[in-house]
Amino acid sequence: MASSTTTYTTAGGHVPTATSTAVAADGHQGQTKFPPFDSSTFAPQLVWLALTFGFLYIVMSRIALPRVGSVLSERRERIQRDLVEAERLKAETDAALKSYEKSLADARNKAQTMAKSMRDTADAELDREKRRVDDANAVKLAETEARIAATKSQAMASVDQIASETAAAIVERLIGSSTGGASVRSAPTSENAI
Amino acid sequence: MASPIEQFNIKTLIPLDFAGIDASFTNASAFMVSAVVLASGFMVFAMRERALVPGRMQSMAEMAYEFVASTVRDNVGEEGMKFFPLVFSLFMFVLLCNLLGMVPGSFTVTSQLVVTAALALLVIGIVIIYGLWQHGLGFLKLFVPDVPPVLLPLMIPIEVVSFLARPLTLSVRLFANMLAGHIALKIFAGFVASLLAAGAWGIIAPLPLLLTTALTALEVLVAVLQAYVFAVLTSVYLSDAVHGGHH
Repeated sequence: MASSTTTYTTAGGHVPTATSTAVAADGHQGQTKFPPFDSSTFAPQLVWLALTFGFLYIVMSRIALPRVGSVLSERRERIQRDLVEAERLKAETDAALKSYEKSLADARNKAQTMAKSMRDTADAELDREKRRVDDANAVKLAETEARIAATKSQAMASVDQIASETAAAIVERLIGSSTGGASVRSAPTSENAI
Repeated sequence: MASPIEQFNIKTLIPLDFAGIDASFTNASAFMVSAVVLASGFMVFAMRERALVPGRMQSMAEMAYEFVASTVRDNVGEEGMKFFPLVFSLFMFVLLCNLLGMVPGSFTVTSQLVVTAALALLVIGIVIIYGLWQHGLGFLKLFVPDVPPVLLPLMIPIEVVSFLARPLTLSVRLFANMLAGHIALKIFAGFVASLLAAGAWGIIAPLPLLLTTALTALEVLVAVLQAYVFAVLTSVYLSDAVHGGHH
C-alpha cells in the first residue's frame, strides 16, 4: 500500500555523517520507506520537539498557568468574601428585625398599659365626679326638703290662725258683735300670707 | 494522484547541524513551532486583562485550565498538582498539533511515531524517576497486586509487562489514530478526484465527498479526544508515581 512513485528524500541528506552518528538505531536507510519509520528523520524531530515542548512548558509553568491560577483563586476568594459579607449583613438584618419586633411588642405593651391606666384614671374621675354630683344633689334635696318642711309647718301654723279668725268671723256674723275685732282685721292679711 | 503516505514525509526546510546532530528545521519543526506559538500566545493573550469577570478569550483559557486541572485532581489528587503544568503542556501540545494537522495540506506532528514515543517516554520517565525518588524501592510494590500469595508468581510478570507496555500503548495510540485518520481522509478525498477524472463515473463522486466531510468531522473529534486521552493517561500513570503501589 505504501508503494508509490514518490521517492523519499532523506531529511538528513545534507549532512549524512551527522545523521548516521545521531541515529544509530536501525540500518534501513536510503530506499523508499514509510516516513514515520524513517530513522533519519528522528534526530531533527527530537531536537525540535525538545526545543518547542521545553519552551511551551516554560511559558505554561512560569507565565500562563500561574496567571490563570491567580485570577481563578482571586475570583474564588472574592466570591467567598462576598458570601461571608452577605452572611454578616443577613445576620445584622435579622438582629435588626428582631430588635424592631421587640420594640414593637414593647410599644404595644406600653400602649396597652397606658390605655388601661388612662381608662382607670378616667373611671376614677368619673366616679369622683358622680359622687360629687350625687352629694351635691343630696344636699340640695335635703335643703329643699327642709324648706318644704318649714313652709309646711308655717302653713300649718297659719291654718290655726285662719281657723281662729274664721271662727271669729262666723261668730260675729252670727252674733253681730265685733268681739274679736283684732282677729277679724288680721284675717285677710293672714290669708294673703298663705 | 499523490500517495496517501506522502503527507507524512519530512521535508527539510533549513538544514542545520548542531554539534554533530542533525537539527534541521523541517516541516515537522515548523508545525511544532506553530503549535507552541499558538498555544502560548493564546494562553498569554487571553489572560492579558486578568479580568475578574472574564471575556470570551479568557473564559476559554480558564476552561482549558479548569478542564485539565480537574483531570489531574480527579486522577492524582491535590498532591499531583505539581505535575499540572506538565499535563497541561502535553494536552495543549498534542491538541494543537492534532488540530493543526486537520488543516488541509498541513503536516501532522503527532502522526510521527518518534514524536509520540518521545512524549510517552517523557511521561513514563518522570513516573519512574519521581516514583523511585518518593518511595524508593517501595515503588516496586506497584508490581505486587493485592491477591493471594499463590497467584503472585503469575501476577507480578503480568504487572511488569503491563507497566512496560504503557509507553508503547501511550505512543502508538496517538500515533496510529492520527496516521490512520489522515490516510483514510486522503484515500476518500482521492476517490473524489479519481471518479471525477473517470468520465461517467464522476456522477457518484459526491458520495466519497460526503464521506470525506463526515470523516473530517470525526477526525476533529478524534484530534480533541486523543489529546484528552493522552492527558488522562498521563495523570493516571503519575498517580502511580505519587501514591506508589497503594491506590
